[in-house]
Amino acid sequence: MPPGDEQTSLPAYAERLAWLEAQEAEAPPEQRGRRLLTRAWAALWPKVLAIAIVLAVWQLIHISGWKKDIFPGPGATLANLWDQLRTGLLWHAIGTTAERAVIGFGLAVVIGAVVGALVSRIAPLRAAVGSLITGLQTMPSIAWFPFAIILFGINTTAILFVIVLGAAPSVANGLIAGVDYTPPLLLRAGRMMGLRRLSLYRYLILPASLPAFVAGLKQGWAFAWRSLMAGELLVIIANQPSLGVLLSTDQDQADMESATAIIIVILVLGIIVHTLFSLADRAIRRRWGLTGTS
Amino acid sequence: MKSVTVAGQRLEAGPVKGEVTGTVRLAGVSKVFGRGSSAVRALDQISLEVPPGEFTCLIGASGCGKSTLLNLVAALEEPTSGEVTVSGRVALMFQEPALFPWLTAAGNVELALRARGLGRAERRQGAMELLDTVHLTGFGGKRPHQLSGGMRQRVALARALAQDADVLLMDEPFGALDAMTRDLLHDELDRVCAGRQLSILFVTHNVREAVRLGDRVVVLSSRPGRVIDEFAVPIEHPRRIDSAPVAELAGRITDRLREEMSHAAR
Repeated sequence: MPPGDEQTSLPAYAERLAWLEAQEAEAPPEQRGRRLLTRAWAALWPKVLAIAIVLAVWQLIHISGWKKDIFPGPGATLANLWDQLRTGLLWHAIGTTAERAVIGFGLAVVIGAVVGALVSRIAPLRAAVGSLITGLQTMPSIAWFPFAIILFGINTTAILFVIVLGAAPSVANGLIAGVDYTPPLLLRAGRMMGLRRLSLYRYLILPASLPAFVAGLKQGWAFAWRSLMAGELLVIIANQPSLGVLLSTDQDQADMESATAIIIVILVLGIIVHTLFSLADRAIRRRWGLTGTS
Repeated sequence: MKSVTVAGQRLEAGPVKGEVTGTVRLAGVSKVFGRGSSAVRALDQISLEVPPGEFTCLIGASGCGKSTLLNLVAALEEPTSGEVTVSGRVALMFQEPALFPWLTAAGNVELALRARGLGRAERRQGAMELLDTVHLTGFGGKRPHQLSGGMRQRVALARALAQDADVLLMDEPFGALDAMTRDLLHDELDRVCAGRQLSILFVTHNVREAVRLGDRVVVLSSRPGRVIDEFAVPIEHPRRIDSAPVAELAGRITDRLREEMSHAAR
């Protein structure tokens, strides 16, 4: 056994440690807080510029006189949007659509996570169901609607059914990919630590799968939102205004200004949720040190 | 004939503090990967013993099956023939820190304590003490990517210690570090060992490192791995990697390795 060498070498040791620490001290994270406004502006100006470009091109087309009778300019459309935002109908419609999105996507996440967890852990199930899930992912969700409408009728259940079919495979695949790509070295470390079965899953495999799972959520959301819009255009329920119903009404009445305004609403809602997922994704990457900068 | 015994899953009725219990014994252990004409014999008739409290270094050129041997002792693999007997709890340290990136330094250590079934307060306290032990006081809240390579490996050491092992297996743990950091971690390891009752099996291809750290250096041949020689290290602590006695013994061991390699090349 090496004898205790505290007395003999500790001062030298502490000295060298201090030296080394100074060498390896990480770059101070000064960016936080100090230049918040500058950073907010840096993140914002490309988006502002993008909107400005779209509006400019739009206005130019309008001025050029292309399909002048039906194609509205940005001014008239945004005025229409402003009017609609001040009436209860649009908000009611947004409420209905958002509620369906939350319930449908929520169900898809729960079902996708359960299926993903089972498939990733049980080998025979994986062989049977693994490729089926990927196959489901390639299925255009709008093709499910005749099936869903015959099965459930013209109601919200049919829409939710198709959302789940559209989004759950992505969520499941995200989780399966995460479990598959858990680094073997970490698994060895976890096993040596004494983590077994459930604790190994809970403390190692699940957290290790988080980035891939969030990527699956993000993709699942894109599918869910598309399925929902297709569903609301096909499954029109009386006395239940939704974004799809408003759009469909505009189509019937050839109200191009309102239709374009609703499209903008749909686009903005989709982008907002997508941005939330991207933020979560980035937060995880920063925490894990997966970003290129740190 | 083969059997693997991992005795003493020390969960209840732990031995008296201060008593050395960890031993490793390999008797005629061989490991063959694959079968038929493509079979590769990684280890051949290895017999080796790590007595309680001894720091044994295992040295050999690349491809001598050092890591396979550690995997056998850690029960991550089974021997093709022969017997591996380990008494006491085993912890393993890798060349990479293998820290969990979603946890802080303290969180990594705490998880090892949690795996032992410790309560929340004990885990907190234990992780803090262990980080103090490896000179990382105040770094508990940092994530692995915010630490330098040497600091990460010190967290890994703290995590290994958190497993309350009797036998510590180390697979070239300082191999990826620069010389200065490695030197510092040698001191760290000396100090940690002095305060604990640990039997250590330390694998390296750095002869000086082996002499700097070990009570005994076991030399393996390459392909298949076989014990060809053993050197006791009768040099007093504290040792320095650049001291004359260390250099002298390291020179003798290197000569022995060279001789073996020229045999193998013929």
